[in-house]
Amino acid sequence: MLEVNDLHVSIEGTEILKGLTLTINAGEVHAIMGPNGAGKSTLSAVIAGKDGYVVTQGTILYEGKDVLEMEIEERARAGLLLGFQYPVEIPGVKNIYLLKAALNAQRAARGKDDIPAPEFMKLIKEKIADMKMDASFLQRAVNEGFSGGEKKRNEILQMLVLQPKLAMLDEIDSGLDIDAMRVVADGVNSLRNAERAILLVTHYQRLLDYVVPDYVHVLVDGRIVKSGDAELAKELEANGYEGIEESAA
Amino acid sequence: MSETLTFLDALKARNSQREPEPTWIAARRQAGAARFEAMGFPTRRDEEWKYTNVRDIARGNFVLAESNEFSPASAAALTLPVEAYRLTFVDGIYAPALSDVENLPQGVQVLPLSQALEDNHEAVGGPLGRLTGVEFSAFAALNTAFMEEGAVIRLGAGCVLEKPIVLQFLSRDNAAPTMCHPRVLVEAAARSEATIIEHYTGEANAKNLTNAVAELMLDRGAIMTHYKLQEAPLGDYHVASIHVEQGRDSRYVSHNLNLGGALVRNDLISDLNGKGAETTFNGLFFGQGRQHVDNHTKVNHNAPLTFSNENYKGILDDRAHGVFNGRVYVKRDSQKVEGFQSNQNLLLSDRAHIDAKPELEIYADDVKCSHGTTTGRLDEEAIYVLRTRGLDEQSARGLLTLAFAGEVLDEVALDAIAERVELAVAGKLPERFNLAGLVETAAALSE
Repeated sequence: MLEVNDLHVSIEGTEILKGLTLTINAGEVHAIMGPNGAGKSTLSAVIAGKDGYVVTQGTILYEGKDVLEMEIEERARAGLLLGFQYPVEIPGVKNIYLLKAALNAQRAARGKDDIPAPEFMKLIKEKIADMKMDASFLQRAVNEGFSGGEKKRNEILQMLVLQPKLAMLDEIDSGLDIDAMRVVADGVNSLRNAERAILLVTHYQRLLDYVVPDYVHVLVDGRIVKSGDAELAKELEANGYEGIEESAA
Repeated sequence: MSETLTFLDALKARNSQREPEPTWIAARRQAGAARFEAMGFPTRRDEEWKYTNVRDIARGNFVLAESNEFSPASAAALTLPVEAYRLTFVDGIYAPALSDVENLPQGVQVLPLSQALEDNHEAVGGPLGRLTGVEFSAFAALNTAFMEEGAVIRLGAGCVLEKPIVLQFLSRDNAAPTMCHPRVLVEAAARSEATIIEHYTGEANAKNLTNAVAELMLDRGAIMTHYKLQEAPLGDYHVASIHVEQGRDSRYVSHNLNLGGALVRNDLISDLNGKGAETTFNGLFFGQGRQHVDNHTKVNHNAPLTFSNENYKGILDDRAHGVFNGRVYVKRDSQKVEGFQSNQNLLLSDRAHIDAKPELEIYADDVKCSHGTTTGRLDEEAIYVLRTRGLDEQSARGLLTLAFAGEVLDEVALDAIAERVELAVAGKLPERFNLAGLVETAAALSE
């Protein structure tokens, strides 16, 4: 589904990713872990299309297409969705408007008509209940005045409604208490299926107790220095990143 | 000067048809006419009218309306879906068939001006013109000269009105454009509480002039929410002033929402004369095509411990021209005053234009005042986030523009008005994006 090959990315002349290679297939859950500053968030931001990231070398293919040639919204409509580490507040834009506009944009790209209002209502009420969020959140401005946990739930809510093919979640666990963590993890787990892939970017093992990945990659200094299964995450939790860095060097 | 003559001739013709009037009315009419004749219409050289050219009004051959007929079905379609006491005027003429002021609670009067004058003209003559004299502007002078219809609202001490009072002004698509000069007088006694909605609307192709003057007097502790929903036909000319006098501990909230009109000029003034008086000015204007929308506001902190908060937002598209001139004045030794003002404007096209002029004039040292005006474009980060959810750039911009207006509408307590304005803004946005569908969804959800 996603093939990242020898990716080099710079921000303002500083190279952050230095030859990252990663393949994600449908049905798989991958976790990228690494110390701060390793470039974890850069990967998902580049795939989503954020400004200011310069790809100097390498390729990103999604379902065989060159992601870097696609507009930001085309990527989203094709099923590539990023859950932000720091969800942005958008004053005045009601959550429900965002959800409906996004869903209809995706449908339009697939040649489908706008979702009928009753169907949309049914869908939205179901998903918001799954995320244990109050219906009043729908009428509130996107993330405005939301607590850290509410913002993260809201990101997952968007995923549940938009049903991406590849969900990338950037430190979705940061700032969550244990209850919110469970709700978020349940939401992520409900996305798991044979057609969908999930890429988790995280600093800590904690989330991976709830969402058990098929593959764990350790990113250090812009490169994946080690890959393994869920056990690798536990190893990291016990020994930290230092041992890995040394063995990589 | 021939331009003023057209209006003065119309006045003479009207006066010759009038029944004999009480002397004070005839005298004010005369004073208004004299003042108007002396001043003439304002020009761009006049500081208060620097950004607004009223030539099209001056040159318009407006006649006084003769008929108040309006099809009940079209009136119903225009009427705000709010349970209210309602006075309706068609091209300035009172329309009893479209009005309903039955069952007002004791101590409350809601009357057409003509009726109030007939009942007791002296009770009207005292307060009327006290806040807005003929010197205020050529338009106020003209209004005084032509004054014959409008509304008188009186709230007795401690009267709390549950239902709002709607003053509905309908503009007709006439063969010959008409003019009307509505006069509104509101007297709110101590601790009374009410919501008043001035609603200007009409038939799509109307090209009339409305020149309104409203005076509101709030006694001690009175609380008033005043909506002005101006969605006049796009060919209409709309000039209006609202002058509020606030006694001790009174609270006034204005929602000045402007969507319609070819040329619009609003003057909103609040005199905070008693300690503890508070005023809130909440404003939104949306202009497109070649619409011209001018809002002039003034808060006069004439007493210590008074508070004002003003937030005006403008959205301008195409070749629309907006003006925001907001003045906060603190009188000498009016200490412990707080006055905040913010004006934000959004330009959707390169040819849209805004003149924004905030003014602070402070003659006391222990005050907290601030003002700021920004004119800009949309937040690029928010656009990025919306695009990562699949919205194309145009749609993202449309949604954010609606959101910009939404911040003013959040303060609007009456859902019928907030939804109506939101739908109107969504419908006016240039993007092909179906924002109206979204707004309806939200409305349906809240039911």
